[in-house]
Amino acid sequence: MRWTRYVRRSWWDAERARELQAHLDIEIDEHIARGMSPDEARCAAQRKLGSVLRIREDIYAMNTIGCLDTLWRDARFGLRLLRRTPGFTAIAVLSLALGIGANAAMFQIIDAVRLRVLPVRHAEELVEVRITKPRRRAGNFFSRYAELTNLQWEQIRASQAAFAGVLAWSPTRFDLAGGGEVRRAQGIYVSGSFFEVLGVPAARGRVFTAADDRPGCATTGAVVSHAFWQREFGGDPGVVGRSVRLDGRAFDIIGVTPPTFHGVEVGRSYDVAVPICAAGVLHPEAELIEGGHVWWLSVMGRLRPGWTAERATAQLRAVSPGLFERTLSAWFDPDQAKDYLAFKLEAAPCAAGASSLREEYSTSLWLLFGLSGVVLLASCVNLANLMLARASAREREIGVRLATGASRSRIVRQLLTESVLLSAMGAAAGVILARALSRLLVTSLSTGQAPLFVDLPLDWRLLGFAVVMAAATALAFGLTPALRATSTSVQRMMKTGGRDVSVGRGRHGLQGALVVVQVALSMAIVASAVLLALSFRNLVTVDTGHRVDGVLVAELSIGRQGVPDSRLPALNRTLVDRLRATPGVDAAARTAIVPMSGMAMEDTIRVDRGGAIAEGETSFHHVGGGYFRTAGLPLVSGRDFDDRDRVDSKRVAIVNRTFASRLLATTAPAGRFFHIQTAPGNWVQYEIVGMAEDAAYRSVRESVPPVAYLAIEQVADPDREPNVLIHSRLPPSVVRSSVARTIGDLGPGISIEFSTLSEVVREATHRERLLAVLSAGFGVLALALSAIGIYGVLSYLVVRRRKEIGVRLALGATRSGIVRMVAGQSLAWLGSGLVAGGVLAVLTAMAARSMLFGLTPANPLSLVTAGVALAATGLAATIIPALRAARLHPTTALRDE
Amino acid sequence: MPKRGSAPLDGDVLQGTLDLLVLKTLALGPAHGHTIAHTIERQSDEILQVEYGSLYPALHRLEDRGWIASFWGTSENNRRARYYRLTPAGRRQMIQQAGRWELLVRAINHIVRPATE
Repeated sequence: MRWTRYVRRSWWDAERARELQAHLDIEIDEHIARGMSPDEARCAAQRKLGSVLRIREDIYAMNTIGCLDTLWRDARFGLRLLRRTPGFTAIAVLSLALGIGANAAMFQIIDAVRLRVLPVRHAEELVEVRITKPRRRAGNFFSRYAELTNLQWEQIRASQAAFAGVLAWSPTRFDLAGGGEVRRAQGIYVSGSFFEVLGVPAARGRVFTAADDRPGCATTGAVVSHAFWQREFGGDPGVVGRSVRLDGRAFDIIGVTPPTFHGVEVGRSYDVAVPICAAGVLHPEAELIEGGHVWWLSVMGRLRPGWTAERATAQLRAVSPGLFERTLSAWFDPDQAKDYLAFKLEAAPCAAGASSLREEYSTSLWLLFGLSGVVLLASCVNLANLMLARASAREREIGVRLATGASRSRIVRQLLTESVLLSAMGAAAGVILARALSRLLVTSLSTGQAPLFVDLPLDWRLLGFAVVMAAATALAFGLTPALRATSTSVQRMMKTGGRDVSVGRGRHGLQGALVVVQVALSMAIVASAVLLALSFRNLVTVDTGHRVDGVLVAELSIGRQGVPDSRLPALNRTLVDRLRATPGVDAAARTAIVPMSGMAMEDTIRVDRGGAIAEGETSFHHVGGGYFRTAGLPLVSGRDFDDRDRVDSKRVAIVNRTFASRLLATTAPAGRFFHIQTAPGNWVQYEIVGMAEDAAYRSVRESVPPVAYLAIEQVADPDREPNVLIHSRLPPSVVRSSVARTIGDLGPGISIEFSTLSEVVREATHRERLLAVLSAGFGVLALALSAIGIYGVLSYLVVRRRKEIGVRLALGATRSGIVRMVAGQSLAWLGSGLVAGGVLAVLTAMAARSMLFGLTPANPLSLVTAGVALAATGLAATIIPALRAARLHPTTALRDE
Repeated sequence: MPKRGSAPLDGDVLQGTLDLLVLKTLALGPAHGHTIAHTIERQSDEILQVEYGSLYPALHRLEDRGWIASFWGTSENNRRARYYRLTPAGRRQMIQQAGRWELLVRAINHIVRPATE
């Protein structure tokens, strides 16, 4: 009942007024009936009743819920005040929206990538089974999460005691097209128990069971994701039973997963899932199923009820020796075998799923989060200053209120309400901004090769974060000004009316200090932005050693139909010849590794150093003849591979400069020899016939390792997936179509995936580009905030010191003297702020050292650039207030009350 | 006729009992605020002077608790006035409070022996 009264209390008040009026009327009538005059009657009646207003107030007070009412009043008053100064309100809300929005966006992404658990049943029970580091593993590594081999997985599946269920998976890509240019789908190989252990039901059809993952299975079914079903099959209700072509083989679709399931990898979404046994059918040459040296699976387990990860680790450690002994591969040499047998398994909690995204971008995301936090802080400091100025201007009003009985806490509450209103508006706008920003961030992090998928719903976590931010910022920039405004004595406020002739140091000391803090924070942000931009520029302009523009990369895959392994070498030769003859192509050559794309081959070799046999590590590159010319890699001495170098002729190699100097201690390695072990005990001799210049190998970031180039013709394995580098001066689209035509002429079963070397490099520098762009944005924001801050406080001070300036002018000060006084104040702030900010910037840079490429954290260029930018902004902001001060007329200044 | 022997007791002192008095008055029949005040004063021979400043808030409180209900009606001299009437819950409350009042008075009387019978 109280609520209805509360909501309709003004109506009730009107009723009471009427009732009391009626009471008066009756009383007056009575008095008149007794013989009084109308006026006397009225007076007597009103005197008897007492204060009508007081009665009404009492009843009104009974109808209201005290704190709600004052809150509502404060809010309305605050809104009115804010509306009266639209400029301030707009700037405040905008800077808060940008600050809170940036923070909320970063939080959303970090939450999605790091913090949120997988949307599966009891994700906290999931652990990852992996080999304890440090570990030196030898063998072939496929996929982003190459933790275990299939043999090890089968052992774990057979004899695990710690888990209620185990699963294995491995991400991969499938080609949906049957030939010609590829069409990629994100895939996962999963064990039969995958969906069951995770507790993911089928939305349509069924999901895999243990029976689907039998060794040596023929192509069985495939489970597709909801998104893939919508995209490829248009949401066809009869999708179960339809066929999908994966890497040239047909799979029957047996089920669709619910729309909320995206796999166990955070940051990626899967399209098609096939059983692990299918890997053996699709890629038999990789020996994925039977190879004890082929690492490609990731294993997870669901703990038994009551078990902890530590207990599971203990159990795994106990079974480790036997497990690794049983799965030891003959492929390892004695040293590698010794390492292998010493491996131990462990269980690590992974409720949040696996994520290479997390590892790759972890530092970057935290850095950006930190930067956005600092921007928000700077914006709060700015606002605090402006609020201080506003509160000071209202000193008289506050004095009156205090004098007429308002409690200090009441006034502080009212001042705080304004801050809360600003924060609320800023946060609301910030949430909208955050959604757009986080989506933009994910899109820009996505690359063609690695499409990113991060689930970013509008949920209570984001809103909760925004609310907390709003409250925190309101307190941060509202509390101090509010407390300050009510702290001086009432007499002083009433007397000076906020316009003191002598400016007290204390009050304005705080504002000056805040400006210094703000300049320092902005300096740190701008310096970081410059640093990141320089780092990016360094990375992009690094000399890769070979041509990057005009090089097309064609990754081919030759289908099995009609092309047995024996035909492959001849086919590959024909391919390169035809491509060389294609109009527009200047040069073409095969290569096993696409440079700078993260692929690598390493092995130990034996070299002959002045008589003694030494062992060394080197990286390898299997290339065909003409590679160096195609890639624009200069051959310093010796010759390139040519028709002389065949399978049956002596083994030759070309080495790079680093190889020659580090492993052979020479600059003319031609004629020297080294040995590679092709089988235990069998060392094959290679003669060095040339030396190439150093070039980036696995990544532009890393220093160049020693590289031995081997002739691809002499490599034993038949290559079903040749890569061809093509150099052409024509635009890429033109070359692509003619190359596609040439390859298509050769046979229908060859699928092609095109990219260019410049794209590869750009993807590799993706992270730095993103950081540079975003931090530049933050830098601009910081500069703007500094400008506003300095301008605002300085203008306010000039207004406050009008009388003082008037007195000075009247006593003979020159206008330039006044300008110097104002500017001097600003310069003092800027100076201290820049120094403090410089220190802060260096500290920040040291914390983010891993992000920097080719730079030291205390890079002077960044500090100088940032300092100059801030000083310029600060001085620009000083001009108007200083000129305004100079243009004051002493008489008007003094007279003005 | 007002008795001038004893000073009139302030209605405010008997804040809790004001409710009881109002309820009792309304038991006789619906009335508006003015009449209620006059009735109390008259029935107590002018000893109890009701302060209107506390009467109306009391009426508001009683209505809030559901013991009385209000409606607009016409008064004796043809004026619109707000009338109150007792609700069943109010009647029960009145009986309860009257009983408690009796107990209280008897208890006090036991201690403060009445000077006259």
